[in-house]
Amino acid sequence: MLKIENLHVSIGGNQILKGINLEVKAGETHAIMGPNGSGKSTLAQVLAGHEEYEITDGKIEYLSKDLLGMDIEERACEGIFLAFQYPVELPGVNNTYFLKSALNAQRKYRGEKEMDAMEFIDLIGDKIKLLNLKDSLLKRPVNEGFSGGEKKRNEIFQMAVLEPKLALLDETDSGLDIDALRVVANGINSMRKEDNAIIIVTHYQRLLNYIVPDFVHVLVDGKIINSGDKNLALELEEKGYDRIVEEAKA
Amino acid sequence: MNPDSETEMLKGFAEQEYKYGFVTDIESDTLPPGLNEDVIKFISNKKGEPKWLTDWRLKAYKIWLKMKEPHWANVEYPPIDYQAISYFSAPKNAADGPKSLDEVDPELIKTYNKLGIPLQEQEILAGVAVDAVFDSMSIATTFKDRLAEKGVIFCSFSEAVKEHPELIKKYMGSVVPQSDNFFAALNSAVFTDGSFCYIPPNTKCPMELSTYFRINEPNTGQFERTLIVADKGSHVSYLEGCTAPKRDENQLHAAVVELVALDDAVIKYSTVQNWYPGDKNGKGGIYNFVTKRGACRGKSSKITWTQVETGSAITWKYPSCILQGDNSTGEFYSVALSALKQQADTGTKMIHLGKNTKSTIISKGISAARGQNTYRGQVMIKKSAEGARNYSQCDSLLIGNKCGAHTFPYLDVRNTKSHIEHEASTSKIGEDQMFYCKQRGISEEDAINLIVNGFCKEVFRELPMEFAVEAQRLLEVSLEGSVG
Repeated sequence: MLKIENLHVSIGGNQILKGINLEVKAGETHAIMGPNGSGKSTLAQVLAGHEEYEITDGKIEYLSKDLLGMDIEERACEGIFLAFQYPVELPGVNNTYFLKSALNAQRKYRGEKEMDAMEFIDLIGDKIKLLNLKDSLLKRPVNEGFSGGEKKRNEIFQMAVLEPKLALLDETDSGLDIDALRVVANGINSMRKEDNAIIIVTHYQRLLNYIVPDFVHVLVDGKIINSGDKNLALELEEKGYDRIVEEAKA
Repeated sequence: MNPDSETEMLKGFAEQEYKYGFVTDIESDTLPPGLNEDVIKFISNKKGEPKWLTDWRLKAYKIWLKMKEPHWANVEYPPIDYQAISYFSAPKNAADGPKSLDEVDPELIKTYNKLGIPLQEQEILAGVAVDAVFDSMSIATTFKDRLAEKGVIFCSFSEAVKEHPELIKKYMGSVVPQSDNFFAALNSAVFTDGSFCYIPPNTKCPMELSTYFRINEPNTGQFERTLIVADKGSHVSYLEGCTAPKRDENQLHAAVVELVALDDAVIKYSTVQNWYPGDKNGKGGIYNFVTKRGACRGKSSKITWTQVETGSAITWKYPSCILQGDNSTGEFYSVALSALKQQADTGTKMIHLGKNTKSTIISKGISAARGQNTYRGQVMIKKSAEGARNYSQCDSLLIGNKCGAHTFPYLDVRNTKSHIEHEASTSKIGEDQMFYCKQRGISEEDAINLIVNGFCKEVFRELPMEFAVEAQRLLEVSLEGSVG
């Protein structure tokens, strides 16, 4: 589904990613872990198409297409979804209306009929229950006045409605208490299917107790220095990043 | 936001199209440019006015001569040569005033159809009566008969002078006196036409009333006057629309609107202003220098101003309320967009005189491209206004980094038993917001519309249904091509 080769990325002349290679197949869940400033979020942002970053080398193939040649919205319509680390507020823009606009933009792109308000409300009914969202949250402006946890839950709600092929979860666990974490994780697990994939970017192993990844990659200073299965995450948690870095060097 | 992508995003503003910029080819009676007593007498005579009105105009002219053009507004423009403007222009065969629709020049009917204002009553949006003002002349008023059944008077100002002189004499200039300000004095001297409306006691006007203003002739000014009187316990909703052809010269529009609400009366006055804004370099466009004021004269009366200002090169306009009657209410809801090189200095005045008077101000300013948007508002609570309340909210939205937003609220409270609240905010459509929307699959243009509409929602809600849709579309058109 996704093939990243030798990806080099810089911002304002600073090299952040220094040769990333990663392959993600349909049905897989990958976790990318690493210390602060290692480039984890950058990788997620670059995949989503953020224009601030400069791709200095390498290529990305997504569903056999050249991802780097696509616009942000084109990538979204092709099924790439980024759950933001810091979801953005859109004052005055109704949360439900926003999501309906997004879904219809994607449906239109795929040549499907746009949904009217009634069909849409039917569609979101179950997803609201899945994430235990308050009704009032749907009527409020997007992310405005939401608590940190509500914002994250809203991101995953959007994911549930948009049903992406490749979901990028950027620090989705930060700001969640243990109950909310469980709800969000259950929601994500229920969306895991044979034909989609998830990349989880996270600092801590905590979320991975609930969403068990097929692969874990350790990203340090713009490079993946180690890859393994879920046990690598546990090892990381136990030893800390420094020892893993040293071991990798040795 | 990084400057490069921003320039890219805003490049298109220059290419936005003004849809109503066509000229109607019609023979007109147009006075040569210039202003003096003879010109005023000519206008008055041409309209067959009684002597008292001619004298009223001449008095205004003398006051105007002694006044100076105001320059306190946050707008810049080269000096206006008042002798270079023609003060009267009317379609030739309409010069004797409005007749039945059958007699209106087909060219004019065509013009209004093109503007989306069909004058044929049967085709008209159900429930809206229209007075169409073309340059200096009202050319048609629809639904007059149906309104008359209810005792509602809705006609051109000129006609009202002839048919209802007692009402005109009583109310004209009673809210905006001739000496009020430079442009109001000028209007009082040379006003040509406009709409008049009277709602009798305890009557709910059976349909929306509307006036559609169109400037066609070059080098003319449009100086219309509107007077609406809502008698005790009556209710009226009034809409105003405006367009003008695309021309390289600036054209002056100096109107006066007076509203009078007696006991328990309600007047809702909505404007969608879409005069030609000029081009991206500020060439051409309308100077919209308008005095609008309403008097809540009776107890528990209410006046609501709602305006969506997307056009004009310069807007200088402060629809205000004088809250005289006890328990009366004044409201002001405004969306003002300054794109291209437009300048808007707009806001309101709420003057509280009566006890327990209430006012609400919601102002939304949007600045894009090289537009400059200023909110200027005054809330004055006099000693007599015990228990008065005001709530003001002024929000500004910036799109790009070459535009500006300014807020000047003046609060003057002379009463300790009153309550005032003021909130203000300035925000910018951020790159992070655009990224967020696009990441969900929404195009840049739709994202801007989504954010702008969300920003204006509180005001659009106040507009009559059809107008709200039109206003939303108008904003979309005005912001069209705002992305590169």
